Amino acid sequence: MNNNAVKELLYKMADDALIIGHRNSEWTGIGPMLEEDLAFSSIAQDKIGHALALYTILHDVLGEPHPDQLGFMRKEKDFHCCQYVEQPIGEYDFSLMRQFLFDNAELLRYEALTRSSFEPLAQLARKAKGEIKYHVMHGDTFMKQLGNGSEESQARLQSALNNSWHLALGIFENSEFEKELIQEGIFTGEEELKRKWLEKITPTLEAANLKLPATEENKIVYGGRKGSHSEFLTPLLNEMTEVVRTDIDAEW
Amino acid sequence: MAEVKNISEEEVWSALENVKDPEIPVISIVEMGMITGVELTSTSKCVVTMTPTFVGCPAIGMMKKDIAEQMTKLGFEEVEVRVDLATSWTSDRMQPEAKRKLEKFGLAPPPSLLADEELSEEVLNRVRCPHCGSTDTTLRSSFGSTLCRAIRFCFHCKQGFEQFKPVQ
Repeated sequence: MNNNAVKELLYKMADDALIIGHRNSEWTGIGPMLEEDLAFSSIAQDKIGHALALYTILHDVLGEPHPDQLGFMRKEKDFHCCQYVEQPIGEYDFSLMRQFLFDNAELLRYEALTRSSFEPLAQLARKAKGEIKYHVMHGDTFMKQLGNGSEESQARLQSALNNSWHLALGIFENSEFEKELIQEGIFTGEEELKRKWLEKITPTLEAANLKLPATEENKIVYGGRKGSHSEFLTPLLNEMTEVVRTDIDAEW
Repeated sequence: MAEVKNISEEEVWSALENVKDPEIPVISIVEMGMITGVELTSTSKCVVTMTPTFVGCPAIGMMKKDIAEQMTKLGFEEVEVRVDLATSWTSDRMQPEAKRKLEKFGLAPPPSLLADEELSEEVLNRVRCPHCGSTDTTLRSSFGSTLCRAIRFCFHCKQGFEQFKPVQ
């Protein structure tokens, strides 16, 4: 098995989960209504659990540093998350759109990985997909409700979709190992994932009275997978690691 | 040297009945279907394998500690508690008795999913109110006070209640 290819895949998935988990947790206490506060907080908890499980595979199976080290002690350039997950939560419409677009992609990714030749990842995928189904159900339901709600709710979602589109497409930035991952049966690859994702979200967006923006290839926000990030990641990492930087042995 | 006594697998399972999920204190982790293996590797060592209900469940560490304590109390000198996903937890692993206890506790048990059935709101709706037994209820939020719970409302007794989520 090509270890570097697997590591790259695990790092980007784990970093996506950790960073989106942190962003979602920023809604704790300030959600637009209690149920949404709970939803974003619960989804955050699931994501951070998935990040930990992925870092644990990297550590236990592939000899990478301890999960705490990976989560809290790396520099910005060592993170492989896409730039979409780093973006500030913005208004609720932006966060909800991101939850819908990102989680649909993540569910399809884990579904493909249930058949991965890398068994530790296949095992995690079989478990995690059952949890992410709840995230997708949440996003899909709210798209349809708010897209068919008031003029304002529809317009806000459409504008959130327009603003998110080229960031969201950055989720599928190809890695240098696409060929190896596909050939060795580890993962079906980013292109195939993007195709399935478009197939999956298009009918939901249509049912939500939303128009898919036109894709302009040169506007897609790539770079995150290779360590090039937006100005928003460093402040997030600083906040996330504040306790550990203050007292490395802190326990709670 | 400590005196070595023979501990049976049956005694181990029975001691594990004392360990509860701290978020659902009325049923044991055995009834929950979370224990996937018990192995007595020697007269003094025991390996217990468990699978989490949700990967990010914050109670896992506490349950691991409780299991180790129970095993030490039984007389094992060495205890290993492994958490692995080789067997994936689904809500159908819950014993029927556990589902009855959940309902009595005020938490609606998870509906069963058919073999090829996809999770949907309809699946979640196959539930009755644990307070009055009415099936005239609605989903308020598929997320609740813990990762494994959803929030519902009963139109008949006009009370909110929680539902243990079905997990495939």
